[in-house]
Amino acid sequence: MKRLLFLLALLAAPLHADSGLPPAALANTQLRDPAQEAKAQALMVTLRCLVCQGQSIADSDADMAGDMRALVRQRIAAGESPDSVRRWLIDRYGDYVTYDPPFNGTTAALWLAPLGMIAIGAWLARGSFKRRRG
Amino acid sequence: MKRMLLWLPFAGFVLLFVVVVSGLFAPADRTVKSAMVGKSLPTFALPAILPGKPGLASAAFQQGKPRLLNVFASWCIPCVAEAPQLMRLKSMGVPIDAIAIRDTGPAIQGFLRRNGDPYASIGDDKISAVQLSLGSSGVPETFVIDGHGKIVKQHIGDIREENIPEILEALQGAQ
Amino acid sequence: MIAEAGLAALWFAAALAALQLALAAIGVRRSMASGTAGISGDGLTGQILSAVRPVAVVQGALAALALGLLILVFVRSDMSVLLVAENSHSDKPLLYKIAGAWGNHEGSMLLWVTILGLAGGAVAILEHRLPRPTLIATLGAQALIALGFYAFLLFSSNPFARLNPAPADGNGLNPLLQDPGLAFHPPTLYIGYVGISVAFSFAVGALVTRDVGPAFARAMRPWVLGAWIFLTLGITAGSYWAYYELGWGGWWFWDPVENASLMPWLAATALLHSVTVLATRDGLRAWTVMLAVVAFSMSMIGTFLVRSGILTSVHAFAVDPKRGAFILALLAIYIGGALLLFAARVGTVREGNRFDLVSREGALVANNLLLSVVLGIVLTGTLYPIVAAAMGVQLSVGPPFFDKTAGPVALILVAIMGAGPLMRWRRDDANAVLGRMIVPVAATGVTLAGFAALADGIHILPLLGLALAAGLATASIAPLWKRDLRRTPLFTWGMVVAHLGIAVSLAGMASDSAFTQQTLVAARIGEPQHVGPYTITLEGVRPVIGPNWSAIEGKLTARRGDGAPFTLRPQSRFFATPPTVTSESAIATRFDGQLYTVLGQMDEQGRWQLRLWWKPFVTLIWAGGALVALGGALSLFGRVRRERRAAKREEEA
Repeated sequence: MKRLLFLLALLAAPLHADSGLPPAALANTQLRDPAQEAKAQALMVTLRCLVCQGQSIADSDADMAGDMRALVRQRIAAGESPDSVRRWLIDRYGDYVTYDPPFNGTTAALWLAPLGMIAIGAWLARGSFKRRRG
Repeated sequence: MKRMLLWLPFAGFVLLFVVVVSGLFAPADRTVKSAMVGKSLPTFALPAILPGKPGLASAAFQQGKPRLLNVFASWCIPCVAEAPQLMRLKSMGVPIDAIAIRDTGPAIQGFLRRNGDPYASIGDDKISAVQLSLGSSGVPETFVIDGHGKIVKQHIGDIREENIPEILEALQGAQ
Repeated sequence: MIAEAGLAALWFAAALAALQLALAAIGVRRSMASGTAGISGDGLTGQILSAVRPVAVVQGALAALALGLLILVFVRSDMSVLLVAENSHSDKPLLYKIAGAWGNHEGSMLLWVTILGLAGGAVAILEHRLPRPTLIATLGAQALIALGFYAFLLFSSNPFARLNPAPADGNGLNPLLQDPGLAFHPPTLYIGYVGISVAFSFAVGALVTRDVGPAFARAMRPWVLGAWIFLTLGITAGSYWAYYELGWGGWWFWDPVENASLMPWLAATALLHSVTVLATRDGLRAWTVMLAVVAFSMSMIGTFLVRSGILTSVHAFAVDPKRGAFILALLAIYIGGALLLFAARVGTVREGNRFDLVSREGALVANNLLLSVVLGIVLTGTLYPIVAAAMGVQLSVGPPFFDKTAGPVALILVAIMGAGPLMRWRRDDANAVLGRMIVPVAATGVTLAGFAALADGIHILPLLGLALAAGLATASIAPLWKRDLRRTPLFTWGMVVAHLGIAVSLAGMASDSAFTQQTLVAARIGEPQHVGPYTITLEGVRPVIGPNWSAIEGKLTARRGDGAPFTLRPQSRFFATPPTVTSESAIATRFDGQLYTVLGQMDEQGRWQLRLWWKPFVTLIWAGGALVALGGALSLFGRVRRERRAAKREEEA
């Protein structure tokens, strides 16, 4: 029995969290307004957890991810637009923090590649077709 | 024309290979750097975490003299490693302020007792709000702030002996 | 002793692979030089060619023996073997001791090489219709691939390395991997990846002997189908595993490792369609050979990506740039070599039949093209962060990019998938096709209008997904209309079932995206919470002990309207070696969706963190995947049966 209680006490403290503190208030609770929560959720899945191995802040158990979720929810509840919150985070962490890369000189090749590939593919494929006369 | 087309896949593969090799032999720097370097410190005011130590506000960095801002926590192991270096900087007359991330008074007190106290003030950031506004993504990190509140340099990770000269240099340049 | 025996078996297998390559190279060279294609078996050339088959079989058997011995040292928890000490623990349940043998870099490479050897041996035993030189060239290519991997294993990733002094016990297996998923997901995927290598070897063999035609396609087809079925199963299983294990209800993250498994699948899908055109209509020769090379390149690139550490991923295992460099070198040799061969030889291969734009071949070309574009998008998106880093910018490319680019292309592909089977070969009339498509188009329109009107705020991509799923489902069954179902060939059923599976899976994806409801709450014991149509109450939390873990388990009582209440027990599990916490979600599956529950931590006020989701029709995603694999299996058996019958009739004639 004592062992079980000890284990329970051990497990009650968050183990994967680095700090001893509980998550922020809005890290794991939803906003009251479903429309605002939907906006916040849509934004959170596109923001990168900075201390994880490739997860969005919506999918991560890390402390910092929780704090970032709290920040997003708090700002959206205060009336800020998702784009403005995203911008704020990009101003702090650069484009790395968003999973939606912007369209600029560096990423032009990335965004235009699909169109380029369709064009090249279509052009290559026309060699397989019969020439129709009349 | 057709002959050239046949070499297209090979050319594509060479391009792919070059990209991959560059990733392998020039590995991407995985540290997340703050994009606030060169910009003004965001406005903040954090309460004190210890009774004897004042809290920290951004106004403290507008007094005309460069200061160091150390982001740390009692639960952070590398912070213990850098404590001697911070004491050294303090002994050289460098003013150091701190923000304690997700921490409690007693824990901080214990940490300072064990590792020394180089800080003029320590702000209490229980939900990492100020840490996020600085573009800091972990502990420990140290920011060099000039006398007008502009972030001049960010040092990620614990400060080691070999990092002291560059930090002093940054402080000098910020005068 | 056992480990040394395993290592010896591996060396022998490697030596045999070298022999296999040498014999094949000499034999094929001689038979092509002599011009008689070495069909008669009596001369020296014939003898050399005949020797290759048995060597391939024994090579495969030896590699399998080495793998078996590795599993044995894991089962016995022999801590004097470095791999066992690093990855296993004597407390682990038996299933994970066995599965742990391939749950690490070295073991998984040995699994890869074993499947490669066994596949080569199977080709050697089963393939009899192909002209001998082409078959032997194929076995030679297979041996060449195997040699590279044997070298990798023996010189850089020895699974049988010893550890002296042996520790008392091992480090244990990462708790996230201690799941039945580990027992099935890697072997299934590897059978898929390696099966593609057989297709690659066939393509290389055909290019070397300039024999790219229907016979080559018919020989290659079952192997492509077989590999593709396993890839489909592997990806589907992996997705479901991540879904219930990671605890946030997501089933695909466009993570680099996931993309690494998707890319060979896309290429293999294009290949299997292309190979049928080549086998039955003698068209698309260059496409087929190219796709076989691309499919294998993608599987090698995938192997490289997950081990090299050049991309961060939550699924990545070994991170070792040195090993990455070795695989990269192998990749350069195999793929670079194959593409050089392609450029040099394919121009001299006589061109196949041509066809009209509006025809089944035309639809299949569009299919190949669009699948290749999706593959290109996934590849570009996955690797772009490296390109950006070279330009000094740190970038993240994730779901928003892939949804916006690959999503629309995939939807167009789905539309073509509906129309293709309804088109005639070689040439068809556009109006006639549209006429045959009336019912599917109507289904799409009705679904589109219906959901647009009834589903509040549904986004455009899931809306189109649902509409096209309805259209595709109708269109995929269409080939069966007005047909005698008992006389419909098995492979036609296969096509119907596989395309239907895609429609079902798409419907599940769109439904999950559009209709999932989520409740995140700090719950008091006894206080009811709501998600979707369910009322959920946390009755209590208690500690639970498992074989190598301890956990806190929540007891949730869930009720739907007036229905009978049922219990769910999500856990937060603590493992000691290595110290990790995992969340074990509790999922209740109903015919119209899943209730997904996760228990988090307790806060200072004694409330427990609960994450609750109601996901309507989410199971369709994996049910669809299973259907797709089933369709492939039906096709495979159908083709094999038909060809056996045809061969028998030829004999009797």
